[in-house]
Amino acid sequence: MWKAGLDIGSTTIKCVVLDEEDQLIYTSYERHYSHIVEKAEELLRKMDSDFLHGRQVLLSISGSAGMGLAKSCGVPFVQEVFATRVAVNRLQPGTDCVIELGGEDAKILFLTNGLEVRMNGSCAGGTGAFIDQMATLLKMGADEMNEAARGAARIYTIASRCGVFAKSDVQPLINQGGQIGDIAASIYKAVVNQTIAGLAQGRPIRGKVLYLGGPLTFSDVLRKSFDESLGVTGLCPENSLYYVGMGAAFYSDTAFDPLEVAQRLKNYSATATYASEPPLFENAEELAAFRARHARASVPTVPFVEDCGPVHIGIDSGSTTVKLVVIDGEGRIVYTNYQPNLGNPLPLIREQLMKLYREHPGLRIASATTTGYGEELVKNAFHTDYGLVETVAHFTAAKTFLPQVDFIIDIGGQDMKCFKIEDGAISNIFLNEACSSGCGSFLQTFAQALGYDVKDFTALGLFADRPVDLGSRCTVFMNSSVKQAQKDGASVENISAGLSISVVKNALYKVIRASSPEELGRNIVVQGGTFYNEAVLRAFEKEMGVEVIRPDIAGLMGAYGAALHGAKLTSPEHISTILDLQALEGFTQKVRSMQCGGCTNHCQLTVNTFADGARFVSGNRCERPVTGKATDESMNLYAYKRELLSAYTPQEGKRGRIGIPLCLNMYELLPFWHRFFTELGFSVVTSPVSSRKLYLDGQATIPSDTACFPAKLAHGHIKALSEMNLDAIFYPCLTYNMDEQLGDNHYNCPVVAYYPEVLAGNCPELENTRFIYDYVGIHRPADFVRHMTKILEKYFPGIARAEVSRAADAAYAEYQRHMQQLRQRGREIIERARAEGRRIIILAGRPYHVDPEINHGIDSLVARYGAAVVSEDSVSWMEHKFPTSVLNQWTYHSRLYAAARLCTEQRDLNLVQLVSFGCGLDAITTDETREILQRGNKLYTQIKIDEITNLGAVNIRLRSLLAALDEQDRLKSAGEQKELAYA
Amino acid sequence: MPDFDPGQYPRFTKEMKQTHTILIPNMAVLHFRLMKIALEQAGYHVEVLGNCGSQVAQLGLKYVHNDTCYPALLVIGQFLDALNSGQYDLDHTALLITQTGGGCRASNYIHLLRKALVKAGYPQIPVASLNFSGLEKDSGFQLTLPLIRRLLACIFYGDLLMTLRNQVAPYEDTPGQADALTDRWIQELGNRFALGRGISAGEMKRAFPGIVQDFAAIPITHVPKVKVGVVGEIYVKYSPLGNNSLEEFLASEGCEVNVPGLMGFCQYCIFNMSETKRLYGGKAWEEFAPEFLLSYLDGIEVAMGDALRAGGFHAPARFKELIKLPDGIISLGAKMGEGWLLTAEMIELVESGYENIVCAQPFGCLPNHIVGKGMVSKIRAEYPTANITPIDYDPSATKVNQENRIKLMLAVARERLEAKAQ
Repeated sequence: MWKAGLDIGSTTIKCVVLDEEDQLIYTSYERHYSHIVEKAEELLRKMDSDFLHGRQVLLSISGSAGMGLAKSCGVPFVQEVFATRVAVNRLQPGTDCVIELGGEDAKILFLTNGLEVRMNGSCAGGTGAFIDQMATLLKMGADEMNEAARGAARIYTIASRCGVFAKSDVQPLINQGGQIGDIAASIYKAVVNQTIAGLAQGRPIRGKVLYLGGPLTFSDVLRKSFDESLGVTGLCPENSLYYVGMGAAFYSDTAFDPLEVAQRLKNYSATATYASEPPLFENAEELAAFRARHARASVPTVPFVEDCGPVHIGIDSGSTTVKLVVIDGEGRIVYTNYQPNLGNPLPLIREQLMKLYREHPGLRIASATTTGYGEELVKNAFHTDYGLVETVAHFTAAKTFLPQVDFIIDIGGQDMKCFKIEDGAISNIFLNEACSSGCGSFLQTFAQALGYDVKDFTALGLFADRPVDLGSRCTVFMNSSVKQAQKDGASVENISAGLSISVVKNALYKVIRASSPEELGRNIVVQGGTFYNEAVLRAFEKEMGVEVIRPDIAGLMGAYGAALHGAKLTSPEHISTILDLQALEGFTQKVRSMQCGGCTNHCQLTVNTFADGARFVSGNRCERPVTGKATDESMNLYAYKRELLSAYTPQEGKRGRIGIPLCLNMYELLPFWHRFFTELGFSVVTSPVSSRKLYLDGQATIPSDTACFPAKLAHGHIKALSEMNLDAIFYPCLTYNMDEQLGDNHYNCPVVAYYPEVLAGNCPELENTRFIYDYVGIHRPADFVRHMTKILEKYFPGIARAEVSRAADAAYAEYQRHMQQLRQRGREIIERARAEGRRIIILAGRPYHVDPEINHGIDSLVARYGAAVVSEDSVSWMEHKFPTSVLNQWTYHSRLYAAARLCTEQRDLNLVQLVSFGCGLDAITTDETREILQRGNKLYTQIKIDEITNLGAVNIRLRSLLAALDEQDRLKSAGEQKELAYA
Repeated sequence: MPDFDPGQYPRFTKEMKQTHTILIPNMAVLHFRLMKIALEQAGYHVEVLGNCGSQVAQLGLKYVHNDTCYPALLVIGQFLDALNSGQYDLDHTALLITQTGGGCRASNYIHLLRKALVKAGYPQIPVASLNFSGLEKDSGFQLTLPLIRRLLACIFYGDLLMTLRNQVAPYEDTPGQADALTDRWIQELGNRFALGRGISAGEMKRAFPGIVQDFAAIPITHVPKVKVGVVGEIYVKYSPLGNNSLEEFLASEGCEVNVPGLMGFCQYCIFNMSETKRLYGGKAWEEFAPEFLLSYLDGIEVAMGDALRAGGFHAPARFKELIKLPDGIISLGAKMGEGWLLTAEMIELVESGYENIVCAQPFGCLPNHIVGKGMVSKIRAEYPTANITPIDYDPSATKVNQENRIKLMLAVARERLEAKAQ
């Protein structure tokens, strides 16, 4: 009997028919756009009419989307990885390892030396879907992207964990004019890194390697990229798309009449058992009333005529769109433009400006102001007068619109900005973290995936009867939620409405963390292009139970605010510095990528050179490539810490060489252990300063892809140490940290405490190394000596207790001296900053956040804005233990709370919290820190960091904070003056 | 935002024992049914929450930081959903939550719950903590010795009933008999407790064989089935709400499921106190008191194991044996979350024939990075047949994804089962 297999994946459906000799008779591969049941039915009927003509066939179904379907029609289901294995064993015997990328899954199968099959976890997101997403971002098809990548000259670092992360790396590259081919190749490399890091987990991939699945079949660059990283030459066999389908066919042992199965599918009425939300609109009247209400919110607009006087231009160069607004002297809009940026905003803006000049020959431009992601680039290219951080631009616009506004939510294509306004100044800023950027572009990507234009797609949801409840998590998860909903029979209408609702929930619960409308305030302005979408707007009002104002220029508010800002700063006679028509006609832009040689950071620079010789450098972490001088770090405590740690160099030692990885808590305890072992007669070697390369060298042994980046970095340090030919590597487990009397207990977090266990269990390079990772209690100095003597005896017999005791005394003293130095310097910096009138920022994180590979130079960035930077551990000693509303049981976080408390007591201290992505404890500490600061009327700023290298969002945050502080000061001094006048 | 003043939360007072109904979130279903009985007999009005559905997670997401672990979201969501339901007199309702007091963020659930109550408009609801670590000393809910003894008995009986049920149900000739017998025994034990019987170590030891014999009498037919062990973060390991009814799914796939008992976790918590003293120093009693308690519990465990074996059942390893298993894999000093116990349970399962393992954890669970996912390759190196799949649970991890990964694990397991049969 013939055999058939259906492989229903997340995006495509594959069908395979084999004859008695297992020869391929028929294959098909197509996108199913989620019409899974219909497509499957169609294929089954075709199978019968074209080949079987009424005969039965041995049939089974496989694929991630095939599970429910198989159940409903009674056909056996074969798990897809298993099916692959069956096919590979039959068709490619002797294969050692299979790498298979699908629409949303990545799999590695180890076939020889111990069978193992691995699939990506629920976090890693899709790979084919990821490539599609990136191609969309590059405005290319998947083939075009492959084509472009062939000519790549360099590879950029793109965070590979998930699509959303990568997006925020890719977007700035596009905006800053990076070469498309290089970006495309970098995306493929990111996929390779992700697959290896996420799935190989320490197991080497070698021997005969097979590449299967869509992305690997269609992209030769991707295959080459894998080859290079793995050091193998992999094979992409014939029919590489159909292995799952063939495996399912080989495995099938039950005969079916395909027509009958098709009929069963037809009868399989969608049971629609999914969780749902109430409809957005009950009826057409509701929609009409809703539309009428929102139509009232409009900005005065007048025709763009010759005598409209001097105008002000605002340009908002966003992540995916370019917005331009022209206003007259009275703030009325005379011209607007809104378009996608197509990867490079400059030609579009140039065109718009030229159009303005040509259509309005007597045009007098009084000011031009830029804002948004591309603010600096546009400002430098066209010589505009001002640049404005986008948060302030949006606030300016909203305030003009609704003077009593107390909350603004802006959802754009790529990012979400929310700010709370108190007393006329921004009092709190919420930006979406790199992980939850599910915004406008998210809806768009989904619409496209389902075969719709985004406008039509969202409109479908307005009258959906049972919108799918998709939750509020990160967008990568949304793919699987949608898949599940489809399986449960949700209609496109209900999925569309569900997605709109999820965007709103994401904003409210993930970004703002609000639980009731009262928290937002009474006068809410919503803006950003996404709110043109009526389904999203309605969902927002319903979810919060309030009526909000959506200006008719919702998508242009940034540009409008920028124009208003220019108008506020200039007199009507002012003439803008913006390029004139002639200069615009001769405008050129040259983009060059280069590596900065200024220091060991080797930043990847993108240098734009314009016709008039003006240059714009991006990608730099310091001023050196721009000004030729290094940033002054004397007011940066993080730099001081690094300097102190670098002084711990190896001394001569008679007992041998011992290595210490400079990661996690060693950033604080290095002085302790270095002194301890040096005193005992060891030469103490530390691992090199972290770098991207060091991380990549270690990434293959990371067992849990959702652990925090600082922990993952430890693998690289261990790898580096293992190559130094040392007598031992020392990295103890520390359940407890030093007790600083600031909390209820003094634990380390589980990851800091026990990560050495993970290293011991997963790093093969440690097998032949003496790795000392015993449990040590440094929190009990009295017991430390006895226990440490016993531990050392196991590895270096013959060290006397008295010797250990002396070394311990020296170590504790060294630690105290080190901490004292930090505190002393912290005090000095604060005093000097006060004398010089600088802002003082407590950059509060944990000791390992001084690692430049972890903080990505954020400390220097703050310093570049002229602020003094101190760390939480350099000021926490000024506080005593105080009641907190959470259990205060981790030493590092006790310092954080204490630092926050200190801010509320000292007028000129402000806190910025660094949070590592994936840090579970910070879910607790961020809310607590925010509350402590808010009780003391201080702004709370949080910066989430991961392996991500883009500082754009960080810049916005810091500049917004500084702008808000300036505004507060201005209002305060204005208030004081007023009081004087009345007095 | 309604202000939350640290320290200014309503206490559970002694008087409330009479006036208030205490709500308890559900976790290990069998055990909690027994504990409800025990608490009621101690004079508390208790209700174990059974409400579930998507609004539970939604409420959790609304009132708790979304990156907090899934169990916290669910437990708090379940409480709020119950309070919203209108079924309870809000002036006479209190909540009870467990607190382990370790270095994991779980020790903070109670504080997150209190914050959430204020935010959700229930500032008057007192929350009591159930812990053995001496936290919340000012609470009117205190574990008295008689109550502790009853709760320990509940855990022992719960473990025994769970073990028996799990070994009988997949093979019984008439489906439903094991479940019915379990229900009957819960009732019977309740009756015994009411008379003050069945609680002491001696009485428990005498009661075990009777229970085992009852289960052994259920007619079964032994067919080869895939044997799956379930380990993980304690809440998602046991709670059907937390693990998308994992046990039910495995049963529907024709597996025999082995979920290691709750007593192991209690013993682990006790053991950690003495181990901490051994590792870092402390007072002598900090080592000996827990050891004394452990040997008392061990006596009961031995009796339970003997009874199980006498009835022809597989008996899980005693705690005293469990602590030997991680040697060379993970240190007994790893004591946050489920710590070394989780690793030990995986090894125990593999060694006793349950080599297919679902390791269930909330997404981003910190201790599990170490003791769960972090130890898989080491276990595999030692036991090449170990077929372990870590599964993450969180509000939006979909059932489809989870089941697909479990099915992959099961496909490999079935293949081996067939190979063995041939």
